[in-house]
Amino acid sequence: MTVTAIDAAPLPPEALNPGPAPTRTVVAYGFWIFLLSDIIMFSGLFAAYAVLWQHTAGGPTGRELFDLPNVFIETACLLLSSYTCGLAALSAEHRQAGRFYLLEAMTFVLGAAFLFIEFSEFAGMVAKGAGPSRSAFLSAFFTLVGMHGAHVTSGLLLLLYMVAQVAAKGFRPHVLRRLLCFSLFWHALDIIWVGVFTLVYLIGAR
Amino acid sequence: MSVAGRPLPERIPAERTPGVEVEESRAGVVSYTVGFGFAVILTVMSFVVAQTDLLWAPGIAVGLVVLAFAQIGVHLVFFLHMGTGSDNTNNILALTYGVWIVFLVLTGSCWIMVNLSANML
Repeated sequence: MTVTAIDAAPLPPEALNPGPAPTRTVVAYGFWIFLLSDIIMFSGLFAAYAVLWQHTAGGPTGRELFDLPNVFIETACLLLSSYTCGLAALSAEHRQAGRFYLLEAMTFVLGAAFLFIEFSEFAGMVAKGAGPSRSAFLSAFFTLVGMHGAHVTSGLLLLLYMVAQVAAKGFRPHVLRRLLCFSLFWHALDIIWVGVFTLVYLIGAR
Repeated sequence: MSVAGRPLPERIPAERTPGVEVEESRAGVVSYTVGFGFAVILTVMSFVVAQTDLLWAPGIAVGLVVLAFAQIGVHLVFFLHMGTGSDNTNNILALTYGVWIVFLVLTGSCWIMVNLSANML
């Protein structure tokens, strides 16, 4: 048998048609479309903030209200939680249950710390009379940052739900796919936070 | 590469049953750690640039936006695994479309509203 003979042999039909993508790829793609539409919704809130941020109606400005060291701690919490969430996804892939629970617990604690700092910041601003009804700037601020906080809250609930599923069902393929969606969601929240701390806090506090 | 004049698909699926889970090698701990390191550096740079006069003052806002874009890129590549793999083509296309819509919403809103307040107030 010569090389030419092998080359001329008819190909099996499946060699020409790659077939459907793995379910994991399809699920991640669908969830990615959802995340992008969520980011587009956030772009509307960012646009509203960019238009309104100087309309303080004689009320307090960002420079007077924002406490950058506080924002830095918030950012550190969220960034670290993104890292532990990624490591947790890896340990789920490798079926390391103990590591997975530990890393998800760290993710939860860091996310909850972020929410706690954000909530106390909001409470302090409302106590100072700088609530969302004070000025157009503050309405836009509370809507944008509050919407991100609401997403973090739902992310924490989703995290608890996912850990419960792993505890009840183990690392089955469909549970792993849901975990993949959860970690995509959590990383996307961190991306939105980059926009928030840059546009709202760092530029707004100058 | 072609066989009998017909191009072969890059992925030869004969070894893979359609619809059945294939455990793909995922980005390792190293990749997450490198991404985390870059993200920390960019975040710290943002906070330093905003609070000192390291940059020329009128350029600080632009510098911060550039740092934010860099950090978003780091997050996309290292945390969301947006790469150049063949499985990623659709993800990248969707991302490109999303970025375009976000650009339109942001610049369109600001452009119209700045004109509006300049002309009417």
